[in-house]
Amino acid sequence: MTGLTELPLQRQRAKTIFQKGAPGRRAFVCPELDVPTVDPETLLPRRFRRAEPPRLPEVSEPEIVRHYVSISKRNFDLDSGFYPLGSCTMKHNPRLHERVAALPGHARLHPLQDPEHAQGALELMWNLQQALAEISGLPHISLQPSAGSHGELAGVLLTRAYHEAKGEHRHKVLTPDTAHGTNPATVTMAGLEVVKVATNSGGGVDLDDLRAKADGDVACLMLTNPNTLGLFDPNISEIAEIVHGIGATLYYDGANLNAVMGLSRPGDMGFDIVHFNLHKSFTQPHGGGGPGSGPIAVSDRIAPFLPRPLVVRGEDGAFDLDYDSERSIGRLRGFQGNYGCFVRAYAYICSLGADGLKDASEMAVLNANYLLALLKRKGVAEYLPLAYGELCLHEFVLSGGPMKRELGVKTLDLAKRLLDFGFHPPTVYFPLLVEEALMVEPTETETKETLDAFADAIAEILAEAVEDPEIAKNAPYSTPVRRLDEVAAAKHPVIRQAL
Amino acid sequence: MSRYTATTPENLAAMLAAIGVGSLQEIFDRQIPAGVRLGRELDLPDGLCEQDVYEHLRALAARNTSAEDEVSFLGAGMYDHYVPALIDMLMERSEFLTPYTPYQPEISQGGLQVMFEYQTAICELTGLPVSNASVYEGPSAVAAAGYLAKLHNGKSRFVVSAGLHPHSIETLRTNAHGYGMELIEVPLSGGVTDPEEWAAAIDADTSAAIFAQPNFHGAVEDAAALSAAAKSAARDNAEGAPVVIAQIDPIALGVLAAPGECGVDVAVGEGQPLGNRLDFGGPSFGLFAAREEYLRRMPGRIAGETVDVDGRRGFVLTLQTREQHIRREKATSNICTAQALNALGGVVYLSWLGRQGIVELGELLLARTHYARETLASIDGVEKLHSQPVIREFALRLDADVAAVKARCAANGFNPGVDIQALTGREEDRGGLLVAITERRSRAEIDRLADVLGAAVAAERQAVPA
Repeated sequence: MTGLTELPLQRQRAKTIFQKGAPGRRAFVCPELDVPTVDPETLLPRRFRRAEPPRLPEVSEPEIVRHYVSISKRNFDLDSGFYPLGSCTMKHNPRLHERVAALPGHARLHPLQDPEHAQGALELMWNLQQALAEISGLPHISLQPSAGSHGELAGVLLTRAYHEAKGEHRHKVLTPDTAHGTNPATVTMAGLEVVKVATNSGGGVDLDDLRAKADGDVACLMLTNPNTLGLFDPNISEIAEIVHGIGATLYYDGANLNAVMGLSRPGDMGFDIVHFNLHKSFTQPHGGGGPGSGPIAVSDRIAPFLPRPLVVRGEDGAFDLDYDSERSIGRLRGFQGNYGCFVRAYAYICSLGADGLKDASEMAVLNANYLLALLKRKGVAEYLPLAYGELCLHEFVLSGGPMKRELGVKTLDLAKRLLDFGFHPPTVYFPLLVEEALMVEPTETETKETLDAFADAIAEILAEAVEDPEIAKNAPYSTPVRRLDEVAAAKHPVIRQAL
Repeated sequence: MSRYTATTPENLAAMLAAIGVGSLQEIFDRQIPAGVRLGRELDLPDGLCEQDVYEHLRALAARNTSAEDEVSFLGAGMYDHYVPALIDMLMERSEFLTPYTPYQPEISQGGLQVMFEYQTAICELTGLPVSNASVYEGPSAVAAAGYLAKLHNGKSRFVVSAGLHPHSIETLRTNAHGYGMELIEVPLSGGVTDPEEWAAAIDADTSAAIFAQPNFHGAVEDAAALSAAAKSAARDNAEGAPVVIAQIDPIALGVLAAPGECGVDVAVGEGQPLGNRLDFGGPSFGLFAAREEYLRRMPGRIAGETVDVDGRRGFVLTLQTREQHIRREKATSNICTAQALNALGGVVYLSWLGRQGIVELGELLLARTHYARETLASIDGVEKLHSQPVIREFALRLDADVAAVKARCAANGFNPGVDIQALTGREEDRGGLLVAITERRSRAEIDRLADVLGAAVAAERQAVPA
């Protein structure tokens, strides 16, 4: 258990592609030079030319394949095991989506193809927009933002444009202290100021604190509902009333939409702007950190300011891109957004349909509550109590505070020990207001057997920790590398291979 | 239609009993107020079985004219380069496709090592010492670089070459409005950024000076002169020179001087040409490299090398105190999920091209682009928009309506390029056609394009006399 006996994966020391190969070795065969030879100076004068080629790897194709396949095995992935990472919605990624996204009509379609020769793509975007509008209860959509945080930026810039159009310069944005870190970071990037709103004892927005901070300088309240505690705010209608009462907008962070699809809609709750995470609720694979896609849905009063271009449908039924909306905040990126993600999300919505989306949310909530119930067992709940509430929606947050105090085992240690049991740990140390937080989101695609096994693993780790806390404190043991020195990495950053 | 779930009626009963509720409905009734429950089915079509979804998506794909269906010379930011088969295979591997961001490094060494290798490749390509693990894509990378400059020097103005891609200018403008920056656009002269206007526009309040290399019209800029002019224009300013930002095309850097050798401080760019599909505009990735002094203000993830408790080499996400999940409102960017999988495609592509290959490919593009430009410019009614050196793309002016000419070419299976005015909306760009060359476009195809384009221009001039 001390790491003295190395496992096969541990014995392979990390070696980068730049440390492999040999001078002159290659994979690429350049197509034939089929045009007349011209004096190099005519093609590109020497003063613009590169003196030395970039020191890229010199490797053969078999070497490349073996290198990347080998290092891929040093990753844990959703296809291999349970990944209950809170707020990340790690649900199954259907392979059908990869197949349809790879069809040349989608994958080799140039973004500046004339709209009349891209009717299938524009229709797909239109249909996806209609579906997202129905799911969110807000009628106007822009698919452009590249990820959730990009959607948030769009939302805050839209709010700003909305107030500016009325001649108002509101500079404050309210966010609860349970908010995702992207919310406050976005507010700053949009040139506004963050004001925190407290959380009440039930885990929702503290209404008194909200009323005290709701004044004429407030542009927007950014909220996640259910919030990052997995709890639906029972006062949502009152919150909306307060926010609209001061003329501000209400922004919905859609990271947790997987709890309420077909059950409750942000638009009906009073939200003006919503962002979706297609890489969470709609199964775009996470890719180890992207790509994502963060479309937004907005109410009528925000619609004139949506990013350009918009997908429009003419009276003849033909689709087009409209670049002319004069009050638009402008573009947030090149072209029309992450279309490849739209194809996958649209395929998912087509597969599930209305009842399937609702079923997905219901089963996500069932699985979360079942796992929570399993973790209320003796031997677990006294060390890892539920932080707020009794039931939850799609995720729940436990506090490792008692575990740390009584066993000397921190949430981080528990997470690392879970690695030895073959599970990806839940999100740790978030939300910040929960001591030693452990945020668990199982998703609807997991079986009861998997949830049972995970709960048993937590119980076993805690039982083991009661006997000998050092086991968890020094975990993991079975991973390709063991605990890494993050402090040293940040102190003296080495961020590229020395050549 | 229930899909990808596994709860049998027996499972459901057992799970509800364990939870201590009588029904699934009770879980929702106890938490979601009645007033905000939907209370009806979503108004969406019924679910479909897998083969029917495939057929529907295939039928939509068939209504698009892709680069597979015509001989395409479209570019202006994304290009129809050949993507080697091994990239598809590696990007579809579960181990790369399905994990989240590597928050648990012990079980994410594959992804973290890919980021580290990617950063190394981008540093080599750009000649700059630090790179992040990618941002969203090209134009938003320009905006992110602008934000870095604003954080770095707190000045109030961006000076931007009109040779920047119009999407980059507009994206920068959208973002800059948020944090209160002014934009000054410097016009092109003879196809490149006007050096006198450039120098005149830069002053003590200039936060960043931004140009594209090659520029939107395909012309190679004198990057070293633009950088030097930006620095010397602000020479007498105590707070220092503006941050010089270049939007670069990475595929050109086998033959074109590296931004780091030309005095550029921050190089950003669209990564799509490096092994990523067109995908109607995304997902791809944005590259972002800089001089050392900007490291702690970089946006996005950065992988760093370290050791584990037993002394084994390993990789972690590092300098995370820049990031939103730690620093919240004080973060250097709000970026969270970005483009890790697409960046994997990028580094595999660069390994596949290799040290010699990237130069050979660059030389091939230079030669074919030169040939295509001279061949097309010799057509009656077609002229070069400028005569600067070009690498992989060039601008022409047609003495005919571009949309009509394009339609005639399309009827013959050719897409001659991007209608510049349709992209910029500017009157002065009327007649502009931007033609892109990749290694997929052979001499034979270029010769046929010359015939098709020549006939189309002639026919249009005859149909609509000048």
